[in-house]
Amino acid sequence: MSKVKKTPLTGDQAVAYAMKQIDPDVVAAYPITPQTEIVMSFSNYVANGQVSTEIIPVESEHSAMSACVGSAAAGARTMTATSANGLALMWEIVYIAASTRLPIVMPVVNRALSGPINIHCDHSDTMGARDSGWIQIYCENAQEVYENTILAVRIAEHKKILLPVMVCQDGFITSHGVEGVELFDDKKVKDFVGEYKIDDPLLDVDHPVTYGPLDLQDYYFEHKRQQSEAMKNALSVIPEVSEEFAKVFGTKYDFIEEYKLADAEIAIIAMSSAAGTVKFVVDELRKKGVKAGLLRPRIFRPFPKEKIAAALKNVKAVAVLDRSESFSAEGGPLYTDVKAGLYDSGVKPLAMNYIFGLGGRDLFPADINKVYTDLRDVLKTGKVKTALNYLGSRE
Amino acid sequence: MADKLKNWKNIPIGGKITKAGNAAEYNTGSWRTFKPEKNEKKCINCLFCWIYCPDSSIKVEDGKMVGFDYEHCKGCGICASVCPVKCIDMKKEEK
Ligand code: SF4
Ligand code: SF4
Repeated sequence: MSKVKKTPLTGDQAVAYAMKQIDPDVVAAYPITPQTEIVMSFSNYVANGQVSTEIIPVESEHSAMSACVGSAAAGARTMTATSANGLALMWEIVYIAASTRLPIVMPVVNRALSGPINIHCDHSDTMGARDSGWIQIYCENAQEVYENTILAVRIAEHKKILLPVMVCQDGFITSHGVEGVELFDDKKVKDFVGEYKIDDPLLDVDHPVTYGPLDLQDYYFEHKRQQSEAMKNALSVIPEVSEEFAKVFGTKYDFIEEYKLADAEIAIIAMSSAAGTVKFVVDELRKKGVKAGLLRPRIFRPFPKEKIAAALKNVKAVAVLDRSESFSAEGGPLYTDVKAGLYDSGVKPLAMNYIFGLGGRDLFPADINKVYTDLRDVLKTGKVKTALNYLGSRE
Repeated sequence: MADKLKNWKNIPIGGKITKAGNAAEYNTGSWRTFKPEKNEKKCINCLFCWIYCPDSSIKVEDGKMVGFDYEHCKGCGICASVCPVKCIDMKKEEK
């Protein structure tokens, strides 16, 4: 067995280390729990002269994203990081970054969006931004956060995409838990991300251009049309970039991860760190002969509906776990998207939704066992009793 | 806008304008409700109007104020207001 050297890092430190290796031209950020350690660690690299990044300590997240827009348009590779209410304060500019087609990479440490005020993990922050035009990647652990921060740079900057990317990890669970992370060689990362080159940078004074002009009834729609196309392009381009990543670094990332799903009759769909606990329960159930599986969407925007339909084609009953509530009275965002995505596919497992983990409420193996028990019940009776469920809430 | 509007495949992404110096193509004169007119005799050619006009719509030749660029003059009346001899009148546009 070859020995792999692992470095103990929190999810936040893993992001900061990836940023150090990417060495972006500009980072504009404002600290917010539980993202703070990213900016703090990265500031150390700047202070120690280990990166050539210009760091802009702004007075708010609205300014952070505004500075990022200006800097990315000027022709600089640009990054920031945020959480929850920080993301909410950026809101106006989050949309502008995407519609101006600026490939900013933003690690987001998922945290409940107030109120009531809460600093712990759920996905209400980034799920609210699911229609902002950003690509969204959800990571299970620190290793994945580290690798996907690097991968995101190439996805964002691809000529057929040119959209900003959020790299999401679970607040405290991943961001503050220490794990062994296998780090890549500096030069390999540098070569993989390459040089930042966009067409028509603002600082090319010999070829003056205008960014962000008023765009009314005559052309606004066409610019939005281009944006939809870019997001569709991402569906075909991300596999190409991931392939290249796999060749250099070894890990092959797909839109979804399937865990013991091939012959599964019942399955859970869950994103981010919760998937780790689900895998543990799947293993236990498999020992008892229960055909249980897990599907973990890694990329939520663009939504990989074909991959999900293909992965579920033999599954008879499925439970979608949402770490946020969308208040549509129709279930969480992952649930409604999965259902909508399956509509045309002919794949139609019995489906239930479980909202869980809001405000950092722990998800225990016993909770997941309960979901699989419910699924077995559904399998037996052929009927879903309650479609919308609240897992771990005191009923 | 005389030329045909382009489709989404044929325009720069993100609303970028990749050519500079094209503000003149935008005919701001079409909004006008009041139109500036000059009383030739009273004008002392001080060019205050030229300095203040926000749309560069005061025409000057050989250091003399010679009229208005009605394609771009939006009728704000600033020229009439700053003229020291009050020789610019704002007249309601006819049609
Ligand atoms: S401000 Fe009045 S007087 Fe002076 S140049 Fe203009 S029109 Fe003539
Ligand atoms: S009315 Fe306004 S826009 Fe027109 S010439 Fe006078 S100052 Fe310029």
